[in-house]
Amino acid sequence: MERILEVRNLSVEFYKGGKIVPALRNVSITLNENEVLGIVGESGCGKSTLALSILKLISEREGKVVSGEVLFKGEELLSLSKEKLLQVRGGRISIIFQDPFTSLNPVFRVGTQIAESLSLHRKENLPAQQLEKEIIELLQLVKMPKPKDTMLSYPHQLSGGMQQRVMIAIALSPNPEILIADEPTTALDVTIQKEILGLLTELQKKLGLSVVLITHDFGIVAETCQRISVMYAGNIVEEASTSEVFHNPLHPYTRGLLESLPSREESPDFSQGEKRRLKAISGQVPDPSNLPSGCKFHPRCPIVIEQCKPEEPRLREVIRNHWARCIRAG
Amino acid sequence: MWKIFWRRFRRNKLALFGALIILSLTVVAAIAPVIAPFNPNEQDILHRLEPPSGKHLLGTDDLGRDLLSRIIYGTRVSLLVGFVAVGIAIIIGTVLGLLSGYFGGGLDSLIMRFVDITLCFPTFFLILMVIAFLEPNIWNVMVVIGLTGWPGLTRLVRGECLSVREREFVQAAKALGLSNRRVMFIHILPNVMAPILVAATLGIGGAILTESALSFLGLGVQPPTPSWGNILTAGKDYITVAWWLSLYPGLAILVTVLAYNLLGEGLRDVLDPRMMAE
Repeated sequence: MERILEVRNLSVEFYKGGKIVPALRNVSITLNENEVLGIVGESGCGKSTLALSILKLISEREGKVVSGEVLFKGEELLSLSKEKLLQVRGGRISIIFQDPFTSLNPVFRVGTQIAESLSLHRKENLPAQQLEKEIIELLQLVKMPKPKDTMLSYPHQLSGGMQQRVMIAIALSPNPEILIADEPTTALDVTIQKEILGLLTELQKKLGLSVVLITHDFGIVAETCQRISVMYAGNIVEEASTSEVFHNPLHPYTRGLLESLPSREESPDFSQGEKRRLKAISGQVPDPSNLPSGCKFHPRCPIVIEQCKPEEPRLREVIRNHWARCIRAG
Repeated sequence: MWKIFWRRFRRNKLALFGALIILSLTVVAAIAPVIAPFNPNEQDILHRLEPPSGKHLLGTDDLGRDLLSRIIYGTRVSLLVGFVAVGIAIIIGTVLGLLSGYFGGGLDSLIMRFVDITLCFPTFFLILMVIAFLEPNIWNVMVVIGLTGWPGLTRLVRGECLSVREREFVQAAKALGLSNRRVMFIHILPNVMAPILVAATLGIGGAILTESALSFLGLGVQPPTPSWGNILTAGKDYITVAWWLSLYPGLAILVTVLAYNLLGEGLRDVLDPRMMAE
């Protein structure tokens, strides 16, 4: 399998209230062709920053890429000229965001917004009829119930699920090779979540896309991803195939996350008078501007030892193709 | 989208009233030659300073010209000045405001300092100076009023742009590979239109007042071309013997500016971001 996207040692800093805050610290991920990679982590761990950084969408006012590179099929993206970068964005790598409602321009009809994306990345100017046909085809691709009506609607007239489908349609219209989905279902209710994820999976297979799925929900990655990278405090702490992560989590943070998921076998059965508390990881996610020394997880770690405190562990390949940033893993 | 505005607009009585008046005035200005009973420049010295009568509905001025006709033609001047002056201010103000708000940083500082400096001048005196320096005619008046009006709009547009810029759809648009120019003018601009429209409408009222004042002082539209302001110039000299020469042009100015203010206030309500809620 070929590596279609490689992020190498990416470090990004933000300027917040006069202070410099490290958002990403030496992050490396690999996306293989035709694969769905899941990036899991809590809020604030840097997953959205990672997504934005890949397409150089962090504005100069907010922060900057300190070091590292992003390789798309061997081509380095962060040093591309503005022109070429605009072609990559959308045209070869697309990104969809968490809240579909705010991601759509409220004053334009949905059809117009899809048309804009379609015309932008084509070299030729499409005649109106052809454009309309393609828009309807796209809406059918994302399983929109009434494509013609939707095309003429404004974003606020559509439900959350439909808005997200529109976003997906816009993102896929230029035929990108990679789709980055930043928490695509977090803003939707559970039943719609399932539909949208199903749609994404189907589209991925049908169009041969490579997908980076960013989420904080382990349930989602279990169903849709082949590989998972777990993020904590600005870097990757574990990376492995989905089954490895679930059956053999090596990093204590991953284990903690998995254990804190409510499981059906253990759910409280009130008829038998048994109650069980949800397991949680003690402590709180560290403030990025004030990170602990050594391993960033050590203050909350159930198996912490003295050696964890002075120096941050490297990400090492503990088992084949299974990496963990913990000196006690394996 | 516009249907929602229209519905709301119809419900707002004051705005409708204002709009109606403005519409009527526009029609009057357009068909002035048709409805004016007399040629506004036709002098009739024998019948100067006559009070309102059957023949001259609003009376005559100091050169025997029919006041009603002069006021009707004066409508053209006022509306033209209003639109052009504010038009100039909007174009400059919007472009600079968008650039300033979108890019921030050095460009923003530069533009804003320029705005601050311009706003320090007492506008009216600045205009007086410029016109006195140049030749007083309707075009100079329009341009100068426009050039003193843009700073306020720039600040307004910049503020709106700053808030719209942070909204996710702007990020999504960039993520799609849209150039900065497209993002600013096609995506952000329609979302900052509402306050611009309101400010513009209110601004027209202001521009009309300014033009009237300038013409009154002799530095605006020059006679014999009738402007409500320059009719008042004669009016003030004969006010004791010919009250109609001051009252009617004054009323015309009053009604027009009031209409624009009402429309502007009405638009402010109609275009409120409440639109999301509907």
